[in-house]
Order: sequence, then structure tokens, then C-alpha cells
Amino acid sequence: MGDGPGVEGRRVVLGLGNLLNRDEGLGVHALRALERRLGPEPEVELVDGGVLGLNLLPVVEACSHLLVLDAVDAGEHPGTVVELGRDDIPLLAGVKLSEHQVTFQEVLGLASFRDRLPATLHLLGAQPQDLRIGLDLSAVVAAAIPPIVERAAEILSAWRRSVAVVSGRPG
Amino acid sequence: MTRLVVDPITRIEGHLRIEAELDASNTITQAYSSGTMVRGIEIILQGRDPRDAWAFAQRACGVCTTVHSFASIRAVEDALEIRIPKAANLMRNLMIAQQYAHDHVMHFYHLHALDWVDVVSCLSADPAATSAIQQSISPWPNSSPGYFADVQAKVQAIVDSGQLSIFANGYWGHPAYKLPPEVNLLAVAHYLEALDWQSHVTKIHTIFGGKNPHPNFVVGGVPMPIDLDSDTALNAERLAIIGDSIGEITRFVDQVYLPDLLAIAPYYLEYAGLGEGLGNFLTWGEFPGEDPNDTSQLLVPRALILDRDLAGITEPDPRDMEAMKEFITHSWYRYEAGDQAGLHPWEGETVFNETGPTPPFEELDVEGKYTWLKAPRWNGTPVEVGPLARVLAMYAAGHEQTVELVDSVLATLGAPIEAVFSTLGRTAARAIETKVFADHLRTTYDELLAAIQAGDTQTFNADRWEPRSWPGSAKGFGYMEAPRGALGHWVVIEDGAIDNYQLVVPTTWNASPRDAQGNPGAYEASLVGTTLAQPDIPLEILRTIHSFDPCMACAIHLVDASGNEVAEVGAGLHVHADG
Repeated sequence: MGDGPGVEGRRVVLGLGNLLNRDEGLGVHALRALERRLGPEPEVELVDGGVLGLNLLPVVEACSHLLVLDAVDAGEHPGTVVELGRDDIPLLAGVKLSEHQVTFQEVLGLASFRDRLPATLHLLGAQPQDLRIGLDLSAVVAAAIPPIVERAAEILSAWRRSVAVVSGRPG
Repeated sequence: MTRLVVDPITRIEGHLRIEAELDASNTITQAYSSGTMVRGIEIILQGRDPRDAWAFAQRACGVCTTVHSFASIRAVEDALEIRIPKAANLMRNLMIAQQYAHDHVMHFYHLHALDWVDVVSCLSADPAATSAIQQSISPWPNSSPGYFADVQAKVQAIVDSGQLSIFANGYWGHPAYKLPPEVNLLAVAHYLEALDWQSHVTKIHTIFGGKNPHPNFVVGGVPMPIDLDSDTALNAERLAIIGDSIGEITRFVDQVYLPDLLAIAPYYLEYAGLGEGLGNFLTWGEFPGEDPNDTSQLLVPRALILDRDLAGITEPDPRDMEAMKEFITHSWYRYEAGDQAGLHPWEGETVFNETGPTPPFEELDVEGKYTWLKAPRWNGTPVEVGPLARVLAMYAAGHEQTVELVDSVLATLGAPIEAVFSTLGRTAARAIETKVFADHLRTTYDELLAAIQAGDTQTFNADRWEPRSWPGSAKGFGYMEAPRGALGHWVVIEDGAIDNYQLVVPTTWNASPRDAQGNPGAYEASLVGTTLAQPDIPLEILRTIHSFDPCMACAIHLVDASGNEVAEVGAGLHVHADG
């Protein structure tokens, strides 16, 4: 058991969502786009988390820096890029009838309860439009992928600078 | 204020909705089970390369990625008559056995235990007494009074912070909770330990599948080669890691899960007489030997048990076009042959026919169509699938360890064999089979080591990889005893592409609606006769439905004798008693 949250310097980008329900899968689509942009040696771990729920707790607890890519219902127009910081993400859960009902918020809630929430945490995504069955994103959400990837790359370079400072290496 | 309105999309496989009718004494007289979200994977798969089907099928259910992947590649291998190498079969069996242990332990502690364990009550426990209980039931090392006092302090902190919602049930203080505070504290400690344990047990999947989550699968074997001298293959170092991981799994099952079940069950023996439902059980079987078509080599037999008759066990043939049928009389689908028809999955049709009501609504039209789940039936008979079905199949077939475990659990609880046909029986069966399968992990691991030493290192059979080697038309059946029950994938391949693909998943069997003859499904039958202590907080329903381990989130809707709504329990625990 570690004292602090995560392994210092371990940086993870976690794409979430169900690929079979169109915009529900935008986090995984964005992850793949980011992977293409970062090239063969991305310096961060890129994890396709799908909709695995509680099984993602070990992933979350094992890092110091976590960027979550996900569809977010923020009451905005479809395609609007949404970004939340560590303190803006609600760590909630309600009554549940199935193990399959564990939301990612609950995973974060459990990690927080266990003092293992990553010190650096961002949630980046977009408001979905269409959650019906289908493999492709709606046009308006597909158009949000490039700005999400752009913003994700900015966050990753900020991480790189902060890790370099912590470890005393030149940036 | 953003935090109040922002809600990352809830990712659930659809809601399960239970509607129940109560008589004047609050006893359930009728229950109806409805899946309120449509699953369209069958449509997505049409026309695709059958070798790719697993990658789509594994996304059909967020948490069950492995089971759908296996059922899919087995279906295609069956259709194309592909025989996988011996080592590949052993590696798959290791992944499957690991999956049971992981899934069942998490189900028990994270979901089901909270039906029986009152988290808040543990605050009044004497940690020294909990320590004494722990030391009397198992050699598990985390057993000192100080350890349990620490756990208690953690729970106190979370209660004080108002964050108790992470212990998700929220029925604390309900009169149906019967455990003494000291046993509650024991279970809460293990709830937290199980979360740590799960990060140690997924290594088999990570290594054999190349990555985790979402390991890779391949038609014809496993994607990981064996080469003891290579850095990129299954080598000696990775085999040692797997051996250690198996040790972690079996220790927790032997020293925590099974002892806890036996410590908790005596307080809930009334549930050994409640919640049976159908008395009919079906398994497709699991852990194949070298010949995948020889069902006599399966550890869990392929079995049909009717009317509790363990002596009359028979083997169902999933290729039987007459016996294996799905009905849609009460489901939101349309068959060309009409609403009364039943179709074998190879001839299955997935055409939506939503007849309403439009949400939000008070009640479903249970005389008409009321669910997105079809009604699978065996010779017209509804059956239950899952751990109880498997344990009964192994018991009836005389599997020695299963017989010993079942008899010893019954003796410990002072219960007759009939007690297994119940909510408690289902929950106990899940723990019993976890022990059997965790031990099977070790046996299979030793077999794999022996096979490698004997030079059996092939993990992929490429003979039928190229579509030009396939017949023009082929049909296949792929099975997997998923943790929650018998899963079947039926595939029809025409000219190298998928022509039809149908999944019959465990929760479709168990949560199915009435069929053409009006026979209820397993959930529907299991709730009838249960009396609710507080109908506005229907904990008793949760206990029985959870004992099946549903693969969907659930909402409950109760109507009393005069038709008034008593409770509506959904994701946010909205209970109101306005009747």
C-alpha cells in the first residue's frame, strides 16, 4: 500500500465509453486520435477503459497524473468541448442494482475514499448528441475530436514540464 | 455550481425494471421483469468478417468483455471446424477460471454483501470481538483488534464527511439487516481488502491477452506465443508472475470469501426457503478438454435439470432447432412469422417493434409487450442459468469436490439439500464454485507447465485463417459459462461474412419476460411469495434479484393491492409512498 496517491510520474490517459452507442464512445475515439498524434512513443500510458466500471479502480489508483476522456452531459449544445478540473468532478454514486452500474464517478469516489485519487486529474470531453446504436460519431461530435486532442496535448505537455521540475531534470 | 449539473453519462447496459404487485399482507403476488434498453449488437455484426466479431461483441456489455470475446471466437471456430492447440486451450481455461474468481468476489463484496451487511452498524462493533471472530474462522493475517479499529475509524470518517454514498445501497438501519455489529465490521474490512486484491489478480489476462483492460483474442488460439527465452512471449518470468497471481486468488477465496459466507449465512437462513422461482436449470458447460466437441471432457457439464430432479439430468443440444427457441410475444420485437412464433438463434431475427409506453411512465403494459429482452426457452420451458445451475450440474454429475463442498456447507448451516433452491442457495453456490474454479486454476497452470516442458508450445492454429479455406456456408455455436450464467453466441457465415449473429446472454434467460404460453422468467417467478417488511424500502427484492447477479442496472416499481404506487427505486434512490 502506497502512502500517497499513485506512482509518482506515472501518467495515464484513460478513454471511456461504449463504442457501440455512437457518441457514448467519444472518449475512446478521442483516445485513438490522440494516440495517432502522439506517435509510437507517447511518454504516457494510453488506456482504453471502455465501460469497465470498478475494474478501472486499479488503473486510476496507480497513477499520479490522470486525464480522462469521456462523453459528458453538461447540459451544453452537442459537440461543446467540456473540461473539468480535479475539484469540479462530482464523486457521487446512488443506490445500485448491479455491479454493472458502477459509474466512473464512483470509481473516483472510491479512490478518493482510499486516499488514492491522482494528485493531478482532468476530465476532458464533449456533450454528446446521439447515443443510439451505431459505430460512428455524429458529425457535430466528430468535429469536436480535433480540439479535444489539441487540448489533451496541451495538458500532457504541462504535465511533462511539471514532472521535469519535480525530478529536477531540465525541461 | 457546475458540479451539481454535470453528470458524466451513466454507462450501464440498460436498466432492469421490476414491477411487482402486492397483496394486503405485502406479499408479492405477481412480478414482471423488463429490460428498458435495446441492444443492437446483432445488427452491427451483420456482414462483417467473422474473425473480427469478438472485437465488437466484447463491447456488447461493458464489464463482460472477456466472456463475449470467448463465446464469439468459439462460435466461429465451431462453424469453421478449427481445433485450437492444447496450450492455447489451457491458457484460455486459465483466463476463464481467473474471471470467475475476480467477478464473483467483486459481486459478493461490492454489490451483494451490502444487501446483508449494515455498514453503519459496524461503528458500534467491538474491534476485539471482530478480531476474535476473524481468528476463529480463518488464518487470514489481517485479524488484529487494531486492524479492525482502523477500518472502523475509516468508516467513521466517511460517515462524518457525508460521503457514505460510495457504499451504494443506503438501506442502513432496515429491520431486515440481522448481523451483529462485529460481523458487519468484518465484512466491511473485507469489502475494502477486495478492492486491493482485484489489482493483483488480473495479471493472467494482461499477460495472455497482451494488455488489460480489453485483452486481445484470436480465432484459432491465443495471441500470445510461448517461448521461454523470449522477452516478448510467454516466458519463464511471466509464468512465475502468473503462478504468484494464482496464489493471491486462492488465498483470498479460501481464507476470506468462503469463511465470510459461512459467517454471514447463519443469520439469514430464512432466505434458504425463499426466492427459488423455477426449479429448472441449464448450463452450456465450461472448461473444455483437448477436444472442444467432446462434452464429456467439460468440468462443468452441459446440463438440463427440470423440476429439481438431480437424478434426471440430461444434456441439451444447442443445435436443436426445435428445443432452443426465443419468443417475443411480450418483447419489443417483430418476427416475420408473428408474435406467437419461436425462433432458433440461427434463424433469429432482430427487428425492433417498440409499442410503448413512452417514458416517463407509471406502469408497463404487461399484457402486451413490456421489455427489450426476448424470452429464451428450452422446449418451451423457462430455465435459470448461473452459479446455482452450474453447482447443481456438477453435483448431479458427481464431481467429487463439489459434492464435498455442498454437503459441508449444508452441514455447517444445518440445512437440508432442498435449501439450495433459494436466494441463499444461489449466493452460496457462487462461493462454492469460486473455490472449485480457483483450485482448477492451479491444476490447469500445472498442466500448462507440463505441456510446455513436453514441447507443446503452439498457441495458434493458422490452417483455416484465410477465408478461401472456408466452406461457402457454415453455422456455429459458441458457449461460455459467464460468471452470471450460460452465454451462447450463434453465428451463420455465408461467403466469408456474417449472415446472422445472435447472442442469448445469461440475463436474457434469467430476466426474461412471459413467453407465448404465459410462463414467467426466472426473476419473475423468484419474487412471488416474498413478503416485504417495508414495501417503501424493498430490500427483500434486491436480495433475490442480486443473488442472480443481473448484468443490468435496475429500477423497481411496486404497486399495492389497490393499484397505488408504493415505491419507485432507481439510480438515485427515489422512494416515495404516495398510495
